[in-house]
Order: sequence, then structure tokens, then C-alpha cells
Amino acid sequence: MSKLIINTESCKACGYCIKFCPRQVLHFSENMNSQSYTYVEADEENCIYCGTCYTVCPDMVFEITE
Amino acid sequence: MAVAKKRPTLTKDHGFCAGCGHGLFIRLLHEVLDETGYAGNFICVDGVGCSSNYFMATTKGSAIESHHGKAPTIARGVKLARPETLVFTYQGDGDAYVIGLSETLNAAHFGAPITTFVINNNNYGMTGGQMSWTTLPGQKTTTSPGGRNPEQTGLPIDPLQMAARFDAVAYAARGALNSPRNINMAKKYIRKAIELQIRDGKYAIVELLSPCPTDWNMAPVKAIEWIDQEVTKYYPLGEFKGTEE
Amino acid sequence: MKKLMKGNEALAEGAVRGGAMLFAGYPITPQSEVMEYLSWRMPELGRFFQQTESETAAMFTVYGARQAGMRTFTSSSAVGISLMQEAISGMCAKSIPGVFANVQRCGPGLGFALEGQGDYLRDTRGGGNGDYRVIILAPNSVQEMMDFAYEAFELSEKWRNPVEILSEGKIGQMMEPVELPEFKPTARAIDGMDGVPAEVLLDHENPNFVKNLGDKIAAMEEAEQRWELYRCEDAETIFVAFGLPSRTSRGAVDKLRENGEKVGLLRVISAWPFPRKGFEALPDTVRNFITVESCVAGQVLEDVLIATKRVTKFHDAKVYGLYSGAVAAKVGQIMEKYYAVQNGNCKEGF
Repeated sequence: MSKLIINTESCKACGYCIKFCPRQVLHFSENMNSQSYTYVEADEENCIYCGTCYTVCPDMVFEITE
Repeated sequence: MAVAKKRPTLTKDHGFCAGCGHGLFIRLLHEVLDETGYAGNFICVDGVGCSSNYFMATTKGSAIESHHGKAPTIARGVKLARPETLVFTYQGDGDAYVIGLSETLNAAHFGAPITTFVINNNNYGMTGGQMSWTTLPGQKTTTSPGGRNPEQTGLPIDPLQMAARFDAVAYAARGALNSPRNINMAKKYIRKAIELQIRDGKYAIVELLSPCPTDWNMAPVKAIEWIDQEVTKYYPLGEFKGTEE
Repeated sequence: MKKLMKGNEALAEGAVRGGAMLFAGYPITPQSEVMEYLSWRMPELGRFFQQTESETAAMFTVYGARQAGMRTFTSSSAVGISLMQEAISGMCAKSIPGVFANVQRCGPGLGFALEGQGDYLRDTRGGGNGDYRVIILAPNSVQEMMDFAYEAFELSEKWRNPVEILSEGKIGQMMEPVELPEFKPTARAIDGMDGVPAEVLLDHENPNFVKNLGDKIAAMEEAEQRWELYRCEDAETIFVAFGLPSRTSRGAVDKLRENGEKVGLLRVISAWPFPRKGFEALPDTVRNFITVESCVAGQVLEDVLIATKRVTKFHDAKVYGLYSGAVAAKVGQIMEKYYAVQNGNCKEGF
């Protein structure tokens, strides 16, 4: 069963993943990482693990396990 | 349908601006290096500009930093000494198409057995957003505050299509780092260029339009739209040479 | 067995026998023969030859090849060397060895395809940006064109610093019999001063990257001074010259000695580091120095002035200059200058 891993420290809140996620699973969180970016969070139950977020992310925030 | 995804080897967190296309290129590049088995046998000659930050994004950056505009010439020397090593240049539009225009076109003319990657963000990003020869007419930069005026500084330059006309150039393509489809297409272009060097020792040039939110003064999601709406008018995407294979 | 060779071709063959694996260059009078010769000689030996689109491109090609482990050689003249300065400065910053020749021609700007020594100050002070020095050997014969090119590779690898052969148009164009040295291996790996074998000197793995540049410059300055004293034992006036003018100065010394004059010649062989130790080796009898230079305003003169400051016994010595412009001073000219100095109607310095 796949799992979506978000390296919140790497996120710079550019918003690409949110824009292109086919299921609108992702959104900005209330909290900030150590760089003061409001990193992204996922409603993983709706995630279909298609990898689009990984594809468009300039900062390699996402990881999807087998 | 689930797809396993993991960051490619040798990459690490980097300091490129939020939404910058350079981070996307470096990830795609290292995915291709892993897939072609050359992650342990490559030398990146990175130009001067945002591409000089390549060190920041790689753990064991196998790179030689070039002087401004000189990457293709240095890479030709490196390749002479290391013919079995994958040697490519990683440059910006200012480095490859302005100060290094002669070096870029000469390497293409010679059909040097190297690969050139040009990240085109339509301005001199590293130094704070000055105009480049790829800046669009009317586009505001710190040195074209009233918007670029083609009567004074010419229209956007397209050396990629110049190089595409040289016999010795095996492959010339332009992609964009601004949508899932374009990013996946860009990876195909990168892979094809690298395979041409590995397999046939041929010269290839791949340009990738890249969002530059900081110096375009736009939100990242606006920047990637601006590429589709405006930049591609002067910089059409696609393969300009070597599509037959 | 000696072979009659042209200076430029002896320079090229010296580099080949010294182990050059790649030559990249661009045509420029008066040294195009170097490139013409190597255009067939390098392929003949299974080595690499590349004519590039500019001198800048030539030096950056060897910059890349050398950093990736291949011994390289390039040569040009005057304005061409100006175009190479950025790469030379880059090689010094990254401790990349390399050998290049400057077969000078005269004049600022495009200059004239005659001869001249007007690049002396630019080359001895490093012509590009930032702190660096290049070890410079100045031949005055066709044999030395070959010998200096021949030994320059190991010298540049010993210090991991570029080495320049500073010559002149006429030396490149004239022919003299030459003894050919044995072939040296075209070593790929370079051993750094600190014993770090560097197949490929990647930037962030480079232990010498700028860090100890100052120490290296001081060490090179101390270790690599070269000169030649000619008939200086009891001399009161010393001619100082390098390259072609050092040969006519030698002739003038002989003539003046015949007239009973107490003169000698200090020939500068390493233009950098300037041979201060040669001055220390001169007798206390020396009162005057006369530089003999093919330029229009004193350049070697400045280094002689500095030497008289650094060598206490010559603090009060007077320094004069004979500037013969584009053509090496003739024996008669040098003798005239000597007598003008003796008769007191010659100004010091410029």
C-alpha cells in the first residue's frame, strides 16, 4: 500500500503541487517550517498516489512509497 | 495507479528561490543520470549565474565551475581528456545566449561531443533580474524598467534554432518547466540528448523555459502561467532538430 | 645531433617532447608557426590539436582539459595573451597547471608584427584579476625556446600553477641549430604539491582552491629565480636585459671591456620571479645599472629599482634605461648609452 511522505522542511510554499493535484488533496498548512514557509499538507485519504505533486515540485518535497 | 517516487541520487535540499525552475531541471537531470547509469561518471560544467548554484543541490557534485559564457569551451576540453565520461554544460540564458553566444554556437558548429542545457528564465536571475537578450518586449527588468524596447535592444534571441540549422548538431529541443505534461516532456528531451552523447558522441542542445518568480515579481503559480501565455510566443516548444529517430 | 630549426617550431617541438597531449590555439603573427607545426605533429603522435574560434577559447579549452587530467600547451602573442588573461587567472585560482607561450610583438593595441618586450609588466604582475603570479621563463635563443617549453610542464605541475614562456617575434622567426631532448611521458595524473593525486581536479574537492595562494606565491618567488652573470667580476656598471637585447648587450660588454671599461651583464632568465638573488651575487664595485629593453618606457627598469631597494649594498646605485622600441638595441646603441651615463648627461629612470 503506497504512502505519501512530505518533507515539510524542504517546502517553499510555491503552490505548484496544490495547483496540479488532480484530486485537490494538498493545501497550505497553518504552521511554518524553520524557513518560515507555510508548508503543504495532504488529506491522504483522497490521494491516488499518481505522483503529479512529485513531478511539479522544484524542491523534492514529496516521496511515494510502493 | 500508484507510482513509487523518490528523489534521485546525489541530490539534496537547495537554496533556489521558491518556484524556481532550476530545482526541477536538477531533479530531472539526476533522474536521467540514475536511469542511464551515469550518476557515477559525469562532469557537469556549470555556467555563471543561477546555474552556478548546482553545488548547492548535489551531495557529490561532480562539477567544474566555468567562467561566464565559457562552459561549452571548457567542456570540450574536459571531454577531450575524459572521452568515456558524460560531459555536459548547465547554463542560463545570459550565460549561453548573451556573453557565451559565440562559445555556444561554436561548440554546436563543431558538433563537439558534449551536451548543453540552457535554463531560459528570460533575465539575469542571479544578479537580481537584469535584462537579457531573451527578455520579452515590454517585459520590465531592473535594466529595462520601462519594459524592454526592441528598437533599442532587439527582439528575443533564439540561438537554439540557429544551432538547429547546423549539420553537426544531432538534436535541438526546447521544453518548459511549468506543468506536469511539459516537465515530463522536458525529461524526455534531457534523456534523448544525453543518450546521443553516450551512444554516438553527438552534440545536443536542450533549452528549458523556466519560471523565475522572484525576478519576474510574480507569484510562482502566476509565473508558470506567464510562460504559456507570453514566453512561448517568442520561444515555441518542441524538437527543432533530430526528431526523425 | 643538432637540427636547424625555427624558434617557433623549436618551441612547439619542446612542448611535444615535454609531454603536451593537447594544443589549442589561434593564428597570430609572429607565432603562427607554432600552431602550423603542431597541426600535423600532434596528430602524427596520436595527440590532440584544436584550432579554436579565439585565443580566449583556446585557453579555456586547455583550462578544461588540464583540470580533467590532460597535459596542455597553447601559445599566442601580445593581444592574444590579453584575451587569455581571464582563463589564466582562473587556472591560478584553481591551482590548474598549464604551459603557454607569449611570442611578443610590439606596441599597445593590435601592435606591429615586429618584436618587442612591452608585455613584461602585464605578464610579470599577472595580467588578469586578483592575486596571482605566473612563473615566466624568458629564452634568448632557439635552443632555449625548446628547453624552456620542454621543462615547463613539470615545473607547472610541481607548483600546480601556469608557466609562461616569454619570447619575442624575432626569436620565434630566426633559425639556429638545436639539440633535441628525449620524449617525456604525457602524464595524465597530476600529483599536487600536497601529494594529492588528482586525476580530475573537481572544484569542491580541490584542496588548493585559492586557500594557500599567498604562501604558494612566496614559495615560488624564493625557489624559482634564474639568471646568468656575464663578466661581472669587477664591474661598476651592469646591463640588465632578457631575451634578444641580452644578446646584443653581451656583445656591447665584450666591446666595452676591450676599451677597458668595467662592465658586465645580468641576464634575466626568470622574468617572474625577478632574480633578486642575482643582484646579491654581484660585486660591491657596482655603481650603475642600465636596463636594455625593447619597449618605449622602462618596465624591467621598475624591477631593477625594486631590486636596488631589496639588496642593501645597492641602495645608492643609479638606475638608467635604454628603450629601443620595437627593435632590439644594437651593440653601438648600447655603447653610446654607456658613455652618455659615464659623461653624466643621462637622466636616471624613465
